[in-house]
Amino acid sequence: MAPAIELIGITKRFPGVIANDNINLTVAEGEIHAICGENGAGKSTLMKILYGMQPADEGVMRVFGEEVTFSSPNDAIERGIGMVHQHLMLADQMSVIENVILGSEPTKRGVIDFDAAKAHLAEVGRAYGLTVDPDDYIDTLEIGERQRVEIIKVLYRGAKILILDEPTAVLVPQEVEELFNNLRELKQDGATIIFIDHKLQEVLEISDSITVIRRGKTVATVAASEVTAGDLAELMVGEELPSPETGASTVTTDVALAVTDLTVRDDDGRAIVDNVSLQVHRGEILGVAGIEGNGQSELINAIVGTYAAETGSIEMAGRDIGSASVRERREGGLGYVPQDRHREGLLLDAPLWENAALGHQTAAPYSKGFWVDRPGSRSQTQQIREEFDVRTPNVDVSARALSGGNQQKLIIGREMTAEPAVLIAAHPTRGIDVGAQADVWNQIRQARANGLATLLISADLDELIGLSDTIVVMYHGRLVATLDPAEIDPRTLGSYMTGAALKGDA
Amino acid sequence: MTNPLVRRIGLALAAPALAAVFAVVVSAIVLELSGSNSIDTFGTILSNGFQLETFVDTLNRATPLFLAGVAAAIGFRMNLFNIGVEGQYILAAFAAAVVGAELNRFALPGFLHTLAIVATAMFVGAVWAGLSGLLKVTRGINEVISTIMLNFVATGGIVAALLPKVITDPTAPNQGTETIAERAWLPDLNGVAEVVTREIGRGRELTGVFLIAVVVAIAYHVGVNRTVFGFDLRSSGMNPFAAFAGGVQPKKMVFLSMVLSGVVAGLVGMPEILSDNHAYDQGFVQGLGFGGIAIALLGRNSALGMTFAALLFGFLDSSSAVLQVQASASAEIVRIMQATFLLAAVVAFEFVNRIRQRDEVARASAATETPNGPTPSIEGASA
Ligand SMILES: Nc1ncnc2c1ncn2[C@@H]1O[C@H](COP(=O)(O)OP(=O)(O)OP(=O)(O)O)[C@@H](O)[C@H]1O
Ligand SMILES: [Mg+2]
Repeated sequence: MAPAIELIGITKRFPGVIANDNINLTVAEGEIHAICGENGAGKSTLMKILYGMQPADEGVMRVFGEEVTFSSPNDAIERGIGMVHQHLMLADQMSVIENVILGSEPTKRGVIDFDAAKAHLAEVGRAYGLTVDPDDYIDTLEIGERQRVEIIKVLYRGAKILILDEPTAVLVPQEVEELFNNLRELKQDGATIIFIDHKLQEVLEISDSITVIRRGKTVATVAASEVTAGDLAELMVGEELPSPETGASTVTTDVALAVTDLTVRDDDGRAIVDNVSLQVHRGEILGVAGIEGNGQSELINAIVGTYAAETGSIEMAGRDIGSASVRERREGGLGYVPQDRHREGLLLDAPLWENAALGHQTAAPYSKGFWVDRPGSRSQTQQIREEFDVRTPNVDVSARALSGGNQQKLIIGREMTAEPAVLIAAHPTRGIDVGAQADVWNQIRQARANGLATLLISADLDELIGLSDTIVVMYHGRLVATLDPAEIDPRTLGSYMTGAALKGDA
Repeated sequence: MTNPLVRRIGLALAAPALAAVFAVVVSAIVLELSGSNSIDTFGTILSNGFQLETFVDTLNRATPLFLAGVAAAIGFRMNLFNIGVEGQYILAAFAAAVVGAELNRFALPGFLHTLAIVATAMFVGAVWAGLSGLLKVTRGINEVISTIMLNFVATGGIVAALLPKVITDPTAPNQGTETIAERAWLPDLNGVAEVVTREIGRGRELTGVFLIAVVVAIAYHVGVNRTVFGFDLRSSGMNPFAAFAGGVQPKKMVFLSMVLSGVVAGLVGMPEILSDNHAYDQGFVQGLGFGGIAIALLGRNSALGMTFAALLFGFLDSSSAVLQVQASASAEIVRIMQATFLLAAVVAFEFVNRIRQRDEVARASAATETPNGPTPSIEGASA
């Protein structure tokens, strides 16, 4: 039987970079095939080529043995290939069903036939065991649900081959479990799945075979049952697998950030952050654990100043910043790594040096008074690039041209080099490969030793436990537990996050 | 291989050139279909175009178009669609003309009189545009809707209602405000131009507002590209959420950019008030605001691009006048040319962009050393 996918000698060049260099990939029908590799190795690019979003410069593609050339995703969809992107691409202001049919609307006498669409959607959902409410609006959904919508959207079009680009990066462990169950079911129903992930444990758990890409070239294809995470890491970056460890405590008694009785309400008046108080000291990393949607985003938005709190106070180094503008807070030494880099972190069409300035544009070296300091910005960005290993040909390319992980490194770099007093970091290593992850952890640890106070949110529980001096658990808008990371493992922490441990205690 | 720099410049010029060819071809077809001789018509346009007086006329027509283009572009830069330049400049010009006429009665030095007129225009433009900005930030009303409505209110409402009240001489041929005293008129720039050219024929004066437009062009370019405010403006346009998280206050930016847009819009009517008519009358020039949107689109919101766009449209407008006089073809052919040019240019920009990207890729594959990037020649052991 011909393999589902056969890529032979795929080459793709971008300005200054060869993203794919003579790549070969064979994916058997009905298997889950993982693709691993460093940031910028060329994984997303290869998948975009397979999905018809970008043409390859050289190479041959075969789908179920038949040679194909795609000039758009529509061609790929016709061949039964569907893709869920690294950065979700749903229209926020539309309903689930509208998003699902977008681009392939069924019509009856020229009008969109929503009934037929919903019927078909329900059928697809039943067949694969995925449920969504077709009338929900995307902006009301949790990130895990959004991703489910993306997957259903792909299945709705009759995809037999599914490409998932870092689907677990945005998920908490419970959601990852759920996703994996869905994937296993899909596989049982005969689907072929290609899967990109930086978390090697997950890769080993879910996949049948694994292809490792390094600097645009295929390094190896191995059976998942025959390798360990350590082997994989070595194939990817030639290094041992790092783990986040706090090291000696550097916590001081100076309070750098104090949040007192903070309440934030959503548009419906629901208290989404409910009377929260916390303190972060100089030299401390305070981890906030919680399943997405329990108020962590609103908490950090209120601290950064992009969302107004209803009551309560926020103090930085003893100064009340509750009514200060975002700019005043940031100029006062508040660093911010947003959870969604494309939405809140980057100007995708602007050059890297302008992206580095974003959030710091009123301060040296990015500006001099009224004027933008171009040479200053450029050399600062150059420094970020070297120090944080942002893989790019130069600092004048647009942020869009960076791979996801390198975009993340740029954001971390610009926040850390600004030497903040308080850092609000949401998923700081999201999408960053295992090697670079260790560097980011080191940077945060070093800054912590120098007195940085960090409020850390992360879906990666190993990271949360490994980095934090203290962990608080947020559940339904409240802080429900304070835990010592030295005495807790991801399982237990997970049960606190779902509320299970709380009910047991009570 | 050709010199890459030459090729790059060539590509930059290719889009407008392609669009021009297309516009000429379409117009030729239309001309022939409507029974005119296209060769003759284009001949008229060209031979006329090489005269110094036509060039002056072109600059005069380009000046307000360019100003309107900048006014629109300030909004476009942050994804604000200020469709209201039309109403803003007409209301501003009317107010400026009224104030200018009132000031006739006071003993004032000429430059103060002029300054008062210009300041009034900028202020009224700012207020009228700022109103839309305010509606957006306080009530969430889309600026497209509010500016269109305010266009009607300004032209069909306020000006239409107040104009009859300021007419002093009901028997005069042009019904409008009282002519502004000569001391407030802006001197023409013919004297300056004639330093490098021959004497400009009578009846053609290069408007002094041209200088104001040059200042606006420089201020716009520097302001948008080199100042922190400009960075805030552009980042809001590119990604409002990221800009917000980066400390840019979205509401403040919306309001400020509308006001700035209105300030420039206020200047659009100044050639008419300060150089041409020295009054606001019923025949006051209309449509420059919408022309400005075309200029901003064609010039891609850049100062240089809009300069070329305004010159082109100004030249075509000027040709239209000549065609009208010679009656060799319908002057409307110029409108057709402008419209096809605009459409074709938008398509051509996209097309040339693709070529440029392919070029970059080709260059990339030729380049070898990328110090920090993935080096293509790295050993990739396959197992
Ligand atoms: N549109 C583009 N223009 C220019 N360069 C690009 C573009 N897209 C990707 N690249 C470059 O191609 C290389 C491979 O990028 P790709 O996104 O495929 O990496 P990746 O393996 O998915 O990395 P990550 O794990 O960080 O997501 C990178 O060096 C990137 O900078
Ligand atoms: Mg990627």
